[in-house]
Amino acid sequence: MNSVITNQPFVMSDPAKPVTESVPVHPTAPAPSPSPAAATPVPQQEIAFDIQDLSIFYGSHQAVKNVTMHIPSGSVTSIIGPSGCGKSTALRALNRMHELTPGARHTGKILMKGQDLYGPGVDATVVRRRVGMVFQKSNPFPTLTIAENVLVGLRLNGVRDKTFLNKRLEESLRMAALWDEVKDHLNRPGTGLSGGQQQRLCIARALAVRPEILLMDEPCSALDPIATAKVEELIHALKSQYTVVIVTHNMQQAARVSEKTAFFYMGKLIEYGPTEQIFMNPKDPQTEAYVSGRFG
Amino acid sequence: MKRYFHHELEDLRKHLILMGERTIDSVRLSMQSLLADDVSMAGQVIALDDEIDRLEVLIDAECVRYITLRQPVAHDVRLMTVAMKTNHELERAGDEATSIAKRARRLAEFGKVDEFFNIPRMGDLALEQLRDAMDSFIAEDANKALLVPRRDKEVDDLNRDNYVKLTDKISGHPETSHANIELIFISKSLERIADHATNIAEEVVYLLKGEDVRHTQEVRRTAM
Repeated sequence: MNSVITNQPFVMSDPAKPVTESVPVHPTAPAPSPSPAAATPVPQQEIAFDIQDLSIFYGSHQAVKNVTMHIPSGSVTSIIGPSGCGKSTALRALNRMHELTPGARHTGKILMKGQDLYGPGVDATVVRRRVGMVFQKSNPFPTLTIAENVLVGLRLNGVRDKTFLNKRLEESLRMAALWDEVKDHLNRPGTGLSGGQQQRLCIARALAVRPEILLMDEPCSALDPIATAKVEELIHALKSQYTVVIVTHNMQQAARVSEKTAFFYMGKLIEYGPTEQIFMNPKDPQTEAYVSGRFG
Repeated sequence: MKRYFHHELEDLRKHLILMGERTIDSVRLSMQSLLADDVSMAGQVIALDDEIDRLEVLIDAECVRYITLRQPVAHDVRLMTVAMKTNHELERAGDEATSIAKRARRLAEFGKVDEFFNIPRMGDLALEQLRDAMDSFIAEDANKALLVPRRDKEVDDLNRDNYVKLTDKISGHPETSHANIELIFISKSLERIADHATNIAEEVVYLLKGEDVRHTQEVRRTAM
C-alpha cells in the first residue's frame, strides 16, 4: 500500500518525498468566551474538527463571523441555513477549498485532530486528500471512464500497482453502493451514468484516496427522491468509518441523516446541538423560526 | 426500499403491542382479584400499571421523534397518530383495571360478596373487546376491528342493568351500601374499559383504511 495516500501529515516540503515525522501540534489559542452556540467540550481524541473563532472574508465582505464549534468524529454533522448564510463557505474552509476563490482570507483556527489546517508549511493539497469533498453538481471527469474517474486521485499520486488499483476500485464503488450497477461496464464514460449514479461515482472517487473526513455540499439537491434516498443510505453506512459534514438546504434531510446540526444565519452560528434537539426543541427563536418554515 | 430508520416503526409497533399485552394482563388480574377474593393480586396490578405508564411516555416520545426527524406520510403518519391515541386509551384502561383491583381490596374488608350480578360477564366481554382490538392491530384486520364497537352495546346494557339492581339492593339492604357502591364503580370501570377497546378498534380501522369511522353508522353499536 502506498503510504503517501493515507494518514499523511499536512506538511510536505517536496510532494514527491513524503515527510515521515508528523507536524508538531500548535498550541491552541485561548478559547473565546463561551457562546450559546458552542458545543459542550468533547475529549480531544473524539473531535474531528476544532473550529476556533473562525471568520472568513471575500475581499471586504465577511461571509463567516466568529464561528466556534467542535465537529465530532465518526458521525454525520449537518449545516443548515438560508441561502447566503455562510454554510458552504464554512464547509469549504474545512479543506481549504475557499482559498481557490480570489480575495478569500480567514482569521481564527481550524484544528483537524489537533493539527492546524492553516499552520505554516501546511500543504493544502495534502489537506484535501485527507478531507475529501463531494459537490452539489456531480462532476465526473468527462473524458474518463467510470474506472478512471474513481482511480484518478491514486494515479495522480503515482500509484501504479494494478492489483492494488483494481482492489481499491471495487472497494470504493462498493462503499458508494454503485459496484453492482457498473461492474460490467467500468470502461464506459462516467458521464454516461444517471444523475444519482454520477453523484455516487463522485463519492467513490472521493473515497478511493481514503480520506478521513468527507465533506458534502448539498450532494442531493440535483437528484430525484429515489437517488436521494440511495445517497442518504450511503451516508448512513459511511459514518461508521468516516466523519461526514454535510451542507443541505433540505432540512428534512438534515433531520434524517445527521447526529448534530448547526444552524447558520447571516454568517453566524446561531445554534449547534444534537439534531433531535434542534428539530424538536430548539433553544434559539431564530432556529425555531427557520426549522418550522416561518423564516422570511 | 427499506430505509435505515424504518426499524424505528417496527420498534414502535412492538412497544404498542407490549403495552396492549400488559393492559390485558392488568384487567385479567384485577378481575381475578375481585372474583377470587385474592387481594394479593392487587399488588401485581399496581406494578403493571407502572409499566403501562412508562410505555405510554416511551411511545409518545418515539412518535414525536419519528414525526420530527422522518417526516412520515400516508400509512406511516397514520401509524403515528394512531399509536399516540391508542397508547392513551390503553393507559386509561390500565388505570381502570388498577381502580378495580383497589376496590377489590376494599371489598375484601366488608366480607365475601354474595352477588356480583353482571360483573363477571362484563369482565369477560371487556377482556374480549380489548384482545380483539389489539389482535386486529397485530393482524392488520380492519373487519375484525369493526366488530369491536358493534359489540359495545351489550356491555353498556349490562352496566345499566347492574346500576338498577345494585341501587335496588342498596335501598332494600342499606347495610350493604358500602360494598354495593364499590360494585357500581367496578361496573362503571368495566364499561369504560370496553369503551377504550372500542376506541382502539376504531383507530385500527383508520390506520388500515384511512377512514375515520368514529360516530358513523358503520360502528353503530348493536346488541349481538
